[in-house]
Amino acid sequence: MNKVVSNAAEAIKDIQNGQVLMLGGFGLCGIPENCINALVKSGVKDLTCISNNAGVDDFGIGLMLQTKQVKKMIASYVGENAEFERQLLSGELEVELIPQGTLATRCMAAGYGMPAIFTPAGVGTEVAEGKEVRNFKGKDYLLEHAFEADFAIVKAWKGDTHGNLIYKDTARNFNPLMAMAGKITIAEVEELVPAGQLDPNQIHTPGIYVTRIFQGVNYEKRIEQRTLRS
Amino acid sequence: MLDKFGIAKRIAQELQDGYYVNLGIGIPTLVANYVPEGVEVILQSENGLLGIGPFPTEEQVDADLINAGKQTVTTTAGSSFFDSALSFGMIRAGRVDLTVLGAMEVTDRGDIANWKVPGKMVKGMGGAMDLVAAAKNIIVAMQHTDREGNSKLLSACTLPITGLKCVRKVVTNLGVFEITPDGFLCTEYAPGVTIEQIKAATAGRLTISPGVREMSV
Repeated sequence: MNKVVSNAAEAIKDIQNGQVLMLGGFGLCGIPENCINALVKSGVKDLTCISNNAGVDDFGIGLMLQTKQVKKMIASYVGENAEFERQLLSGELEVELIPQGTLATRCMAAGYGMPAIFTPAGVGTEVAEGKEVRNFKGKDYLLEHAFEADFAIVKAWKGDTHGNLIYKDTARNFNPLMAMAGKITIAEVEELVPAGQLDPNQIHTPGIYVTRIFQGVNYEKRIEQRTLRS
Repeated sequence: MLDKFGIAKRIAQELQDGYYVNLGIGIPTLVANYVPEGVEVILQSENGLLGIGPFPTEEQVDADLINAGKQTVTTTAGSSFFDSALSFGMIRAGRVDLTVLGAMEVTDRGDIANWKVPGKMVKGMGGAMDLVAAAKNIIVAMQHTDREGNSKLLSACTLPITGLKCVRKVVTNLGVFEITPDGFLCTEYAPGVTIEQIKAATAGRLTISPGVREMSV
């Protein structure tokens, strides 16, 4: 068992042009900062990125947009990003918007070995166009397929050398779902410990889903809306 | 006529002890400030938190702890964290008692449009489509008319649909409207607002409840 790699550059080195990546996080909360920076440095391009959001202009996936490494973005909400808007309007970037719960559940389905799910989200809207509708007990549902991703890249709070992961607070969000859903899953963690040091009762993602793990460095953890009690 | 705080205050009267509540961005968020005395509600944030607390002090700020509007928050006693699939699972399964959302248009059948204006930048639906498709009790908080004075209470949405036949009640600056088989049923009017004003500002089918009364806020 050797899942530990030394850093982000090593973790992502076999990602090829044109592959499909899942990136964990909600807004800028719980994003794999180290791997995103390494992807920017690597220059790999024509990527399809599945992530709830697309970062902001100068942080998160926004950094990969600036370098034009993303061909297609699959997300639920993409505001707060001027470069994204420019590339979308100029036709440089392909975008597929899907409901947030559908995005989460399509990741979950992949991790649970299920080919598809039925959800009521989007029935009667443009999201339903071209999709199979099935009626259960008088209510319509859309058939949505499990995602297929070459790599899932997630960020956890703590991890061990067997790949077991624990997330912190709302930085959990899509991370455990995507961790289950990649053909290859890369986890970056704030603290990496030897197997046996994490309480098995507290593990969120069992190590079986994690292919590579490393301890990240220099987390900025940027806050999008710093809101204080008045 | 109500301001946005008045709309939030009126919606807060719908809260019952023990309710799990999801509040959308904008006026709905303000509802949390007017929870009635003796009523305990648990606020759900769809990014993975039950038990949203007040905004943090400078010392409490934690980048790992945010709400669905990406604002820094705190937690209340008895809170819990979970992933995004579980979060929408509890919404889809009808466990959330009340959802309060903003809207650009609502129809007299309860259809809602609130995610996209064609020709303008499309930011995405986020969790709105999941919420309206599954929540068992949806109240819309919005202004009765747009900036040009056009009614936002319609017989058919002109903007792209977020969900069909899902809204149960609309609270606007002019009054309270239940969605019934006969369309909007006005049950309350805001202080200083006349029924004639409400009729003139409502494009969808509208009936006035025989028991209509002035709102107490």
